[in-house]
Amino acid sequence: MKRIVWIYVAIVMSIFAVFLLSLQMGTMTIAPLDVWRTFMGDGTDQHALVLFGFRLPRMVIALLVGAGLAVSGAILQSLSRNELADPGILGINAGAGLAVVIFIYFFQGSYTSLGETVFALPFFAFVGALTAAFLIYTLAWKKGVTPIRLVLVGIGLNAGFTAILIVFQLRMNPNDFMQATVWLNGDIWGTSWASTLAVLPWILLLIPLVMAQARTLNVMRLGDPSAISLGIKVERTRRRLLVWAVMLAGASVSVGGAISFLGLVAPHIARRLVGPRHQVMIPTAAMMGALILLFADMVGRNLLSPSEIPVGIVVAVIGAPYFLYLLMKTP
Amino acid sequence: MVDATSPTSKRFGLRPMVVIIMFAGTSLLICAILLSISLGAASITPMTVWEAIVNYDESLTNHQIIHEIRLPRVAGAILVGSFLAVSGALMQGMTRNPLAEPSIIGITDGAALALAIMFAFFPSVPYTGSLLAAFIGAGVGTALVFLVGALAKGGLTPAKLALAGVTIGAFLSAISSGIAIYFDVAQDLSFWFAGGLANIDWPRVQLMLPVAMIGMAIALWLARSITILSLGKDVAQGLGQRTGIVRTMGIVAVMLMTGAAVAVAGTIGFIGLIIPHITRALVGLDYRYIVPCSAILGSLLLIVADILARLVNAPYETPVGAITALVGVPFFLYLARREGRGV
Repeated sequence: MKRIVWIYVAIVMSIFAVFLLSLQMGTMTIAPLDVWRTFMGDGTDQHALVLFGFRLPRMVIALLVGAGLAVSGAILQSLSRNELADPGILGINAGAGLAVVIFIYFFQGSYTSLGETVFALPFFAFVGALTAAFLIYTLAWKKGVTPIRLVLVGIGLNAGFTAILIVFQLRMNPNDFMQATVWLNGDIWGTSWASTLAVLPWILLLIPLVMAQARTLNVMRLGDPSAISLGIKVERTRRRLLVWAVMLAGASVSVGGAISFLGLVAPHIARRLVGPRHQVMIPTAAMMGALILLFADMVGRNLLSPSEIPVGIVVAVIGAPYFLYLLMKTP
Repeated sequence: MVDATSPTSKRFGLRPMVVIIMFAGTSLLICAILLSISLGAASITPMTVWEAIVNYDESLTNHQIIHEIRLPRVAGAILVGSFLAVSGALMQGMTRNPLAEPSIIGITDGAALALAIMFAFFPSVPYTGSLLAAFIGAGVGTALVFLVGALAKGGLTPAKLALAGVTIGAFLSAISSGIAIYFDVAQDLSFWFAGGLANIDWPRVQLMLPVAMIGMAIALWLARSITILSLGKDVAQGLGQRTGIVRTMGIVAVMLMTGAAVAVAGTIGFIGLIIPHITRALVGLDYRYIVPCSAILGSLLLIVADILARLVNAPYETPVGAITALVGVPFFLYLARREGRGV
């Protein structure tokens, strides 16, 4: 127990450190003292604009999205009893991506007006993610859903969505095309407080709900026969948790773009650190996800400054080798 | 794959069927070729097509269209379709993995990365240079996936190969996306990969020919060994096969053929997945028949898909990869649902 407390403290402090560092770094470097002054209310207007208008909302989104994807991945991995499951691999990201690309396609050229539709885009991504999950679940259903079928069906649907995506993308004008490409690579583009508000309620509502089901998840992870003998209505519980996982992923990718690997890597690290009990594993995964995405966002913003690297690319470049390592180790 | 795990199937070596497939398949192929040549923005009668082939007259526009645009395109479709189908057959036989197919093992993403590097850093390199780079990139991507698969505990299980392919694909494509976005070559890249058969000309066909010779020769030469290998590694070794050599040669053949197909025609998924399954269902489990029959049926499917790609939304071309995915995804899902029996 003591060890777990120390791990929590260490992660929170790391988040705090990266947070402070990220506040200062960017196209415009702001000295720590100026950051402090601005927060106290007597910084320059320019500093206040950069910090409160751009950097801070974006960092809050990185934290929320990171936590959301990590918890979503944790649920999917436990439900499918497959440590390699992740919203991206299952095709949920591609479903959300397809919906968003269709949205951008039909509002071609009017991308500037998206400021007003900041709540519409998450909605579309959300519907896309839900549709994808519904399809995966239905197509994998054959007197129940087995984990391996879930993964295979996900991979197949992913390929299908991607094919349709290409058809739409190729018919876009270069500007929309670029926007869509950047979004599909995972990019925190909603740098306003409005998009923070669009995602905040989902995360705040769903993570506690999932936490309340931690014990059920512990049992579900043991396999259907054990869960049934302990009196759990397996299919119904699985469906409910699946819906929550999809909603978390949908809300997250709606403002953070199609970020893959985070939902996979964060729960893994959490399990390594605190073990598989969901009561402690889920909060750890959420914090790890937040930390990784905050860090990746900082790297993406600064590595090739003033150009940005979409944060999903940073996550994939760091996450994929680790995933392969796990793949080779898992029997 | 219906039956690759049950080698005692009665369908083993149905020779009359093989003859029928060869004959009917080739006839259909010839019809499709003629149809493909006569259909297009300028509609040309079969008679003119025939004359353009046997009695070429340079002064006629229609004859020129046939010679310079339609013929290389259909030649490209024959080569690419048979490359993908035979590669898929070899991969499925070697790994005993019914889901193995060229587009999920990192080939495309390796080629994409190589092209992104060429477009971004060496834009002045001639076309053939980019083609060669894509070819090499495809080889590197494949080698990576098989390396990870071979190093994995428990070996190349179906799920592992798929996941390793997906992961390495994502890793390589993250890097190429980064390059593409930063250097603003993303759309060029997408057009190349969705390009399908639209841009195939004689020089590209000539580039593919030597590869076709070597790759197909290896495939046919290996066919018997692949049949034995598809019974399982242990069985094959028990029968005295040097499985390492067979696998290595098989991967070389796959890399050559798929690499060439991807470099020239971009992403055309699912042919390599479904054609071997259909062929196995028709001719049985002997790869001496599967290889040539897959080649014929693969060409046939790609030519038909290419005709559809031109007709669906004329005068615009739909990416042919989208058409093959439309056919392929339901079939893939069907296979995934059969998991436990074969997958």
